[in-house]
Amino acid sequence: MSATIESPRTPVSPRKKSRTNWEKWGWIYMRVSGVVLVILIFGHLFVNLVAGQGIAAIDWAFVAGKWANPFWRIWDGLMLWLALIHGGNGMRTLVNDYAHNVTVNRVLKWAILLAVVILIILGTYTVTAFDPCPTDPSLSFCK
Amino acid sequence: MSSQTIDAPKPRPSRLGGTLYRGREGMWSWVLHRITGVAIFFFLLVHVLDSVVLNISPEAYNAVIGTYKNTLLGIGEIGLVAAICFHAINGLRIIAVDLSAWAARNQRLLFWIVVIIWAILLAGFVPTQLYHMSQEVH
Repeated sequence: MSATIESPRTPVSPRKKSRTNWEKWGWIYMRVSGVVLVILIFGHLFVNLVAGQGIAAIDWAFVAGKWANPFWRIWDGLMLWLALIHGGNGMRTLVNDYAHNVTVNRVLKWAILLAVVILIILGTYTVTAFDPCPTDPSLSFCK
Repeated sequence: MSSQTIDAPKPRPSRLGGTLYRGREGMWSWVLHRITGVAIFFFLLVHVLDSVVLNISPEAYNAVIGTYKNTLLGIGEIGLVAAICFHAINGLRIIAVDLSAWAARNQRLLFWIVVIIWAILLAGFVPTQLYHMSQEVH
């Protein structure tokens, strides 16, 4: 009895010829965004949870104080974009590894894409549109 | 078809000791990287949504963020920071292993260095977090 065993690197379906190697760019993106995210998230955790009164001090006024400075808005906005795309691509890798059913695989990847796009839109709106002054003009930085 | 006999692989005494591919530092760092990654992703989804409430009203945001301020979620936050610290430091190890032949040869040593750095970071964070949790005034 004989069985044909395909070469381990044989793709499930023939690969489409594409000018851009997206998997390579995804690989590079994970590493580059990863390094930047280490700095951004450690900074975020230190300022919000370690420095000062930590978790006890976090409320709307704490965020308003931070976002009075564009530096922290750019910091948080960058973190939002980099982290969601990094996480979405990581989840895509897991779905490709474990969801062997074609339909399940496709549905899960669309769900991930949808979640990432919606949250990037919502988060970008949050960090750019936030304006503390109309709600509380007495804040020191509104003058 | 010519017949050929090869020796059956010897059974391993214990799975904990690992096989050629499985069960050692390389595999466990990979497993942990995946588990922490998924956990962080799902937290991130919730965390972006709670921040959206900032633009609704200060009262609404304080009510939402107030739900984080209890013992259960304070401890949960320690778990989150533990996951983030491991994923961050082990991610740097992965980059090192990809880029340097020395790091690839010494990936096992690097895994234990990751564990040590992770333990040092948490030794700093956990008491701070517990202190901040005890300081809360409701």
